Amino acid sequence: MDKCIACGACTAKCPKKVVNEFDGRLSKRKAVYVDYAQAVPLKYAIDDSQCFFLTKGKCKKCETVCPTGAINYDDTAQDLSINVGAVIFSSGCKPYDPSTHDVYGYNSSKNIVTSLEFERILSSSGPFGGHLVRPSDNKEPKKIAWLQCVGSRDVHIGAKGYCSSVCCTYAVKEAMLAKEHAKNGLDAAVFYMDIRTHGKEFEQYYNRAKDEFGVRFVKSKITNIVPTEDGNQLLRYIDESGNLAEEEFDIVVLSVGLEVGQSAIKLADKLGTKLDKYNFVSTSSFSPVSTTKPGVYTCGAIEAPKDIPSSVIEASASAGSAGSALSESRWTLTKTKETPSELDIRGERPRIGVFICCCGTNIAGVVDVPGVVEYVKDLPYVTFSDQGLFSCSQDALNNLAATIEKQKLNRVVVAACTPKTHEPLFQETLGTTGLNKYVFEMVNIRNQCSWVHKDNHELATEKAKDLVRMAVEKVALMGPLKEVELEINQTALVIGGGIAGLQSAKTLSEQGYHAHIIEREERLGGKGLSIHETWMGENVAENVDQLITAVENDDNIEVHKASEIKHVDGFVGNFTTTIQSSDATVDIEHGVTIIASGANELKPDQYLYSEDDRVMTGLELDRKIITGDASIEDTQTVVFIQCVGSRIPERPYCSKVCCTHSIKNALTLKKGKPDMEIYILYRDMRTYGLREDLYREAREKGIKFLRYNFTKGIEVDYDGDDLQVDFTDTVMRRKMSIRPDMLVLATAIIPPQKNPLAQMYKVTLNNDGFFMEAHAKLRPVDCSTDGVFLCGLSHGPKPIDESVSQAIAAATRAVTLLARKTISISGTVAEVNPKDCSECGGCVSICPYSAPSLIEESARFFPGRAQINPALCKGCGLCVASCRSGAIRLHGFDNDQILSQIAAISE
Amino acid sequence: MTLEKIGAVMVVGGGITGMQAALDAANTGYYVYLVERSPSIGGLMAQLDKTFPTNDCAM
Repeated sequence: MDKCIACGACTAKCPKKVVNEFDGRLSKRKAVYVDYAQAVPLKYAIDDSQCFFLTKGKCKKCETVCPTGAINYDDTAQDLSINVGAVIFSSGCKPYDPSTHDVYGYNSSKNIVTSLEFERILSSSGPFGGHLVRPSDNKEPKKIAWLQCVGSRDVHIGAKGYCSSVCCTYAVKEAMLAKEHAKNGLDAAVFYMDIRTHGKEFEQYYNRAKDEFGVRFVKSKITNIVPTEDGNQLLRYIDESGNLAEEEFDIVVLSVGLEVGQSAIKLADKLGTKLDKYNFVSTSSFSPVSTTKPGVYTCGAIEAPKDIPSSVIEASASAGSAGSALSESRWTLTKTKETPSELDIRGERPRIGVFICCCGTNIAGVVDVPGVVEYVKDLPYVTFSDQGLFSCSQDALNNLAATIEKQKLNRVVVAACTPKTHEPLFQETLGTTGLNKYVFEMVNIRNQCSWVHKDNHELATEKAKDLVRMAVEKVALMGPLKEVELEINQTALVIGGGIAGLQSAKTLSEQGYHAHIIEREERLGGKGLSIHETWMGENVAENVDQLITAVENDDNIEVHKASEIKHVDGFVGNFTTTIQSSDATVDIEHGVTIIASGANELKPDQYLYSEDDRVMTGLELDRKIITGDASIEDTQTVVFIQCVGSRIPERPYCSKVCCTHSIKNALTLKKGKPDMEIYILYRDMRTYGLREDLYREAREKGIKFLRYNFTKGIEVDYDGDDLQVDFTDTVMRRKMSIRPDMLVLATAIIPPQKNPLAQMYKVTLNNDGFFMEAHAKLRPVDCSTDGVFLCGLSHGPKPIDESVSQAIAAATRAVTLLARKTISISGTVAEVNPKDCSECGGCVSICPYSAPSLIEESARFFPGRAQINPALCKGCGLCVASCRSGAIRLHGFDNDQILSQIAAISE
Repeated sequence: MTLEKIGAVMVVGGGITGMQAALDAANTGYYVYLVERSPSIGGLMAQLDKTFPTNDCAM
């Protein structure tokens, strides 16, 4: 494997073609293959079940063409014994296979595809190069249908009873992308039971699909699909009012759910973890990543079907839980890379090495790479230039390091892909030779040349030469930059003493760190104190009490009740937060901040709420259930109204928990009094994931679910002394009235109207008023401000189990900083020359990171002049451009360096 | 009897979840063994074209 340079010669020569699982059924691969161009590790593998030599003993064609002798037919599976302190079980799910119980004709029609196959059709690296075509005849489709809940929410043979959680939103996405791909217009229709866009900002995404993209959403039940002679599919369905309807489509996409694969089931057995009836790993709401086997943790879709952000949150949480269990052995087995001391290149004449990457054929297929290498040789100070097949591969990096040493290079240029992903890799390699990582320039000749000019090879090559020349001119003027190292204060501050805050402080303490909890109220527990049971049936009060006791008895945790944050200073590693309680003001120094400040239940101003005590919110019903209120016993008819204050134009988001919460409470009421009449008026029931079982149970127990017409609205009024609820039922299409003696409003979860924390910690809020994460998918608990992390309701509506996961995750992400003890600040930072500063304050007001400030008037040197804190500076350059006195320079982007590039391009 | 805990973690499955768990475990001070059945890591997410709700490239 170490010898493979991923040149692809073996694949080109291999005579055996097999179905490429990566593209579904849509393409073929060879028996020696790599899954996709960006695969990690980028090493070709032999499929031993397909290879002619390994199955029939003849062929060996790949061995003859391999230039490095990397083919090894004896490299078969070996048993290894590895000792570890903990195991994280993250084997994920696989898409449901519609071919086994083929109800829609998937096996017989090429134009019925799974949603994953449709992803590959859309992908530019997929079987059709990103052209949206019908698989049977490569014609552009005019109409595409998505069928939801294929294999999910279905208790028939072969299918799964649960909701797969992700299919509604991915179908919305695929429909929107398909519309974007189709140049000549496309009709996209989604056939669904309930649209479940319950994730953060998913509802707005759904609205955009409907309102801006014109995707049609048809509530229906599919009866069957009939292929037509011209390759279309005739879809027959029953619409919402019970009428039979039919419509023809070019392509039908089956929105298949997620299921646990057989190999994962066997693995769970080996690991000794318990699985639930659907074969997902069993967990509980208050230990959402712990399996039934001590030391084995879990995360992602093997625990329950879930989307990427939730999976990533659980991933951090499982690493953190493993870390909590092993904290005494932290850093005992890790290895540290040894870096040689830095070479002093001051006063040396520049010796520039230029390395041009072919990126397989990604660059070399368009740009004349050997031509660029030749051209570069004549540029000033260039001592060496060469090309590489994949400059980022391990052997190429070793070669880069060896060349730097052999040629005594003191400046390096790499022309390859994007510095966003690859610059750190090359800079690290420079570091191993003793060169400062800033005597380096990277040129993106993939995105900027071979991708955008793929039809004009000559132009792409000329542009590559220009870009490389600019980089050479600049790098000649680059010098070493210093990275300042700062110590990280080993204390954490947790804002909020609800379930999320308590859990994150507890996790930090388990990992050996000191934490402060700031709670505004007189007592800990937050909203957890008002909830009766989790959806899995755990008693919330008992669990919250345990959490509070654990936190209050923990020597590592200091709790500040009835305290508010007044002022915040500092930055990652060195925050100072001033808190005020009734009797004291305290400064807390801390290295990281976790925001778990929570959210509230909306108190509505409609449906007679606060005018009639038979009308209550969901949590107020919980309170009655917890206290065993006598009025419940006298109640005969209950109506729940869903989406009160959620999914409306002024508050477009879905509050995620209310559907399950209402069902849970309805079941509790029904259990106490089986003859109670219970109606739930809803728009879409969003009992996602394994919660679907509760929905089914509720229907079986006689709870009635009525879908109300949202545009026509609901009216609640008096008829005599009775409450009367009037609404239009979407199935019957007529007005209906119910006279309940209890009306429960499933109201929205709302963030605080004013949130001073956002300003204090420089964290952004989204349009709905919830804190925004650094990246919706990949950094769901980090803030864009370094050293600040998020969890719980302040990040968005979510149930307890997800809050607990996110709390453990936030603490874990915080520990990734704390455990390093120091943090190095990038060398690419701005610096003020105070002598030239005119004290205008322009830099102070323009900086988005609050890095510049004016030196205090009482200071001995340069009072009133600007200074820049390198720890806060992100090197964006705004202050440099705005400084009218030319007093600010950005290291690594000095005037002479930039001017040299401009001069190079205008030659 | 006290047994010394081993400061290493095995992550079984190299999809987006396993990769994130491995990174976080390593960055919090544990040696990580990431075990993946197929020849490359990335899992299901690598097969996606774009991701909701931001329509970012899944790669």
